[in-house]
Amino acid sequence: MHCLNCHEIILHQVTWSNLFSPPSDKKICENCFSQLERISLPQCSICARPMDVNGICQDCERWESEESWRGILEKNVAVFNYNETMKGIVARWKYRGDYILIEMFKYELQEVFQLHFSQQDLLLVPIPLSQERMGERGFNQALAIASLIKAPVREVLTRIHGEKQSKKSRKERVNTENPFQLLEQVSKPVLLVDDIYTTGTTLRHAAKLLKEGGAPAVYSFTLVRSG
Amino acid sequence: MNKLFSYFQESFFHDFSWIPSSLERATAPPDPRHEHFSAFLTGKLLLRNEIPLDNESFQQMESSELLATIPAIEKHPWGYKCRRCGNRKRHLFASLPDGAVYCRNCIMMGRVSEKEHLYAYRPDVQWPKHVDACQWNGELTPAQQHAANQILSAIGKDSLRLLVWAVCGAGKTEMLFPGLNLAFAQGKRVCLATPRADVVQELLPRFQSAFPSVEIQALHGTSDDKSGSAPFIIATTHQLLRFGRAFDVMIIDEIDAFPFHKDKSLTYAADRAAKETAARIYLTATPRPKHEREIARKRLPVVFVPRRFHGHPLPVPQFITAFDFRKTLKHRELSPKILNWLKKRVNADRQLLIFVPTIEDAVIVTDILSFYIPSITSVHASDPERSQKIQSFRDKSYETLVTTTILERGVTFPSVDVLVFDSGHHVFDQAALIQIAGRAGRSPDDPDGEVIFFHQGKTEAMVKAVETIWKMNKLGRRM
Ligand SMILES: [Zn+2]
Ligand SMILES: [Zn+2]
Ligand SMILES: [Zn+2]
Repeated sequence: MHCLNCHEIILHQVTWSNLFSPPSDKKICENCFSQLERISLPQCSICARPMDVNGICQDCERWESEESWRGILEKNVAVFNYNETMKGIVARWKYRGDYILIEMFKYELQEVFQLHFSQQDLLLVPIPLSQERMGERGFNQALAIASLIKAPVREVLTRIHGEKQSKKSRKERVNTENPFQLLEQVSKPVLLVDDIYTTGTTLRHAAKLLKEGGAPAVYSFTLVRSG
Repeated sequence: MNKLFSYFQESFFHDFSWIPSSLERATAPPDPRHEHFSAFLTGKLLLRNEIPLDNESFQQMESSELLATIPAIEKHPWGYKCRRCGNRKRHLFASLPDGAVYCRNCIMMGRVSEKEHLYAYRPDVQWPKHVDACQWNGELTPAQQHAANQILSAIGKDSLRLLVWAVCGAGKTEMLFPGLNLAFAQGKRVCLATPRADVVQELLPRFQSAFPSVEIQALHGTSDDKSGSAPFIIATTHQLLRFGRAFDVMIIDEIDAFPFHKDKSLTYAADRAAKETAARIYLTATPRPKHEREIARKRLPVVFVPRRFHGHPLPVPQFITAFDFRKTLKHRELSPKILNWLKKRVNADRQLLIFVPTIEDAVIVTDILSFYIPSITSVHASDPERSQKIQSFRDKSYETLVTTTILERGVTFPSVDVLVFDSGHHVFDQAALIQIAGRAGRSPDDPDGEVIFFHQGKTEAMVKAVETIWKMNKLGRRM
């Protein structure tokens, strides 16, 4: 087995602790894995942003202070910090289009999902990609993540506006038209899946539609938390 | 058997019949509408998004057969092959959700999958003919002249390979001038490929002043102009991944150098970038065994340049045993053998260049020596201040520089003594040791720097390196 990141052969070091466990089929080597940072406490209890003490971050406080957005998103759970190594990997995965790279994180995605969400009967909904992006990239990164998790996935959202929004201010972004459209009603609680949680705007827009469309609660799950 | 197999493998995997050949190209009528564009397109293998045309004009070119549409990935019973980079490794292919297989090896240049195509321009392009383009007024030494004549005649003929085995400091750039002069007079397209970007940058002004009327482009990772539309291209080997059957003359500098001999995709790309009929000139100071075998079997013509441009012989390394090198280093001391040599140095005016096997050794040795030599520093491959430190050493701000093998080639300092600590270490192979010894005596004002290998037991690499240097000096005396 070669490491998906650095292409070196992964050597299985037999130690006393793994002597009797089956050999893992991990697709990332120890060296590459050691350069990644798992999200740890203290963090914002809503969006998982790293903080000095546990609590709610300013961004989330702002969302919660607005009547129309309060409680729209229960909480976000992320797996990794967006450090330099992760930025490089995400760039190669998303922008260069090396689809298979996500398989490196299968175990961690499953583990964190189990820890936070396995108690509930959730429907996984990936954040959709525009037709244009989908055509260029050949895959939806959110769906790629969702497919690695052992839970039902349904693509009930579609995108009516493109992804470019970086030039707009926060206020503009928050109050612009919802870029998504709901294709069918949902009755189960939903776990939205995306690659990165940055400002939470995208996920909250999607969550709002889902709640209006019948979802009793909406959570989100992302590979990385930036900022 | 093994060699036969690898020969077979190479001829099989380096099959470029999928690129429209120059014969086929010659028959297609040149299209005046695209004349300014044809220099950019010709000899390239491009993705759709690398061709700056709107869909309508693009489709027009495709349907009028000006562009050949080539599937990017070959499917075989044994697996896949990427035509752009030559990758055949199973673990460097993966598939997209729709099942299309893509190449992971060259993904940094934009992804190619089974569904994508490479586009090649069919019509033949005439390059300007420059008679007597060479404006260089210098004079070649007899050794350089001899090699220059061989290069000239190789370029004059088609399909010839020639290995130029020139010692470090032979002045190989100038030896190319007469041959290039002929090539440009005949309207040939030339590529000089080298493994390192800093060499590309250093060579460009030298060729520009020698051939002021010829358009020359430098292509490397961070060059501004990557269009690659000139009749003379100086490029890092990586840049060749966009070319196919482009050049009439292909010169490969330091053919033995890393990463060229290790990365198969670069050998593949260099082979493909040359036309079927191209003259191929390989330059090296330390050929790899593969080429030495070919020379021995008279399959690869060779010309030796055993003399440095200043006419003096290569400094021959001396061996000094220092069995206690590792032991003393553990106690943060240097072997008395080394200290003794430093005390009794013949010419203490020279700067000192010290090669050590590892980064850790570099740090410790620098630390210890700073007690004796205050003006000392060290460099290694991932040192962020690498280029500043090398420049400071060149400016003589430092008396001594301790380095790993990164400085084994390319860089020259006029007047240094060269020491290798633990020269039996496996990082110092024969080629590395010859290159390292080649750092000494580069200037005509001080042609005899000392080269000392401090070792804990002679290795074959050390002995062979010295034999090769002797052989070259002997050849040089005969000239
Ligand atoms: Zn790795
Ligand atoms: Zn928050
Ligand atoms: Zn490839």
